[in-house]
Amino acid sequence: MIWDNDFAVSVIPDLLQGLQVTVEITLLGTLIAAVLGLALAILRRLAIPVVSHTASFVIVFIRGTPLLVQAYCAFFVLPAYGVSADAFVTGAVVIGINYSAYMAEVYRSGIEGVHTGQWEACTALGLPPVRIWGRIILPQALRMVVPMLGNYLIQMFKDSAVLSAITVVELLATAQAIGSSNFRYLEPLTIAALLFLLISYPSSRLVNRLERRYAPQH
Amino acid sequence: MSVVFEYAPLLWQGLWTTVLVTVLSGIVCVVVAFAAGMARLSTPWYLRWPAGVFIEVFRGTSLLVQMFWFFFALPFFGIQLFPMTAAVLALGLNEGAYAAEVVRGAIVARPKGQTEACVALGMGPALRLRRVILPQSIPAMLPPLGNIMVDLLKNTSLVSLVTVADLTFRAQMIRNTTGQTTAVFLTILVMYFLLSSVLTFVVGMLERRFSLDRKARTAGRREARQLAEAGVA
Repeated sequence: MIWDNDFAVSVIPDLLQGLQVTVEITLLGTLIAAVLGLALAILRRLAIPVVSHTASFVIVFIRGTPLLVQAYCAFFVLPAYGVSADAFVTGAVVIGINYSAYMAEVYRSGIEGVHTGQWEACTALGLPPVRIWGRIILPQALRMVVPMLGNYLIQMFKDSAVLSAITVVELLATAQAIGSSNFRYLEPLTIAALLFLLISYPSSRLVNRLERRYAPQH
Repeated sequence: MSVVFEYAPLLWQGLWTTVLVTVLSGIVCVVVAFAAGMARLSTPWYLRWPAGVFIEVFRGTSLLVQMFWFFFALPFFGIQLFPMTAAVLALGLNEGAYAAEVVRGAIVARPKGQTEACVALGMGPALRLRRVILPQSIPAMLPPLGNIMVDLLKNTSLVSLVTVADLTFRAQMIRNTTGQTTAVFLTILVMYFLLSSVLTFVVGMLERRFSLDRKARTAGRREARQLAEAGVA
């Protein structure tokens, strides 16, 4: 028998603990990505060329480089300049920054989806920019963003496995540690994969339903 | 920076491995995408179900987990893959599962009248797919497939974790021997950025070349020619 059932059952508690770290880092990362992405999207729309061009370049650069290399940069390079945080915080910040570039594009499509007449009305009323964004544009734009945010949340949940490379003890790192100390990789890695599937598949089904509900009515 | 020049040959080799992995797994990805995407649309259940399960499993579990599974867990079934094979397979199958949905979506989105016209003309399903539906679907697939290819290129960095000596792996090696971190990692960050920019550019060119809207394209060309004749551009 290739599959050792007793061993498989015995590793589940540890793996669930790893899963908890994965979920925590995903939620923290999503929070960072949601806030930072909005900031990037707004900066990009500002009428100051230097700012908007810089924001565009930052977005393109982050999207054009691998998460793993970004994580290495944060984990190995920053401490050389006196900036150091533990792996968990570094990991959450890196994955948050990584996804903020994607979120910025999502916000952009949401903002562009707001009818031009709304902007014109704001200008005609002479509203200050903060009120235009805070009271008129964002409340309408964010409605369209919600389902996409869900998609990226699921994507981030799966991508966070990459952070095992910078010693974040999440689900995959836990499975690997169990594997190397018992010389049996089959069970922990398979269960880890199943746990990922168990969460991401129903979630993506849910997001699909949300997407239909929040779709702009034309 | 001197460390980068000193170890440039190593980085160069790593770059080639990265390109090689990208091309090989890109091929796997496209083959898998068309096979699974079309299988999921076919009528017999014994084609539709396995394709569906394949797509959901590979999209639902993490790519790195799959790569580790191919590399560490498959040997328990007596299947020992070279690191390169395991990496290319995992990458190709994973991105292929995403791409299969693109293929499926593009085919489903074709206007129904096209199929009806084919039926009216007495074309069989295979001919209809080959001569009418697919040629129209491929331009529609290009933009999302391009995104998947860029994603695949970036994800090749993960193969360094299963000991394939790609760009990221070489950078780690250089870091371990020299203790120099900043220059090496920033260099490969820029190298990856250039690679994905080139890929994005090529995909953009393909999109324009094969765009469905041929009328707009010829109109654009005519306009450019007129401008050139008038001496504007």
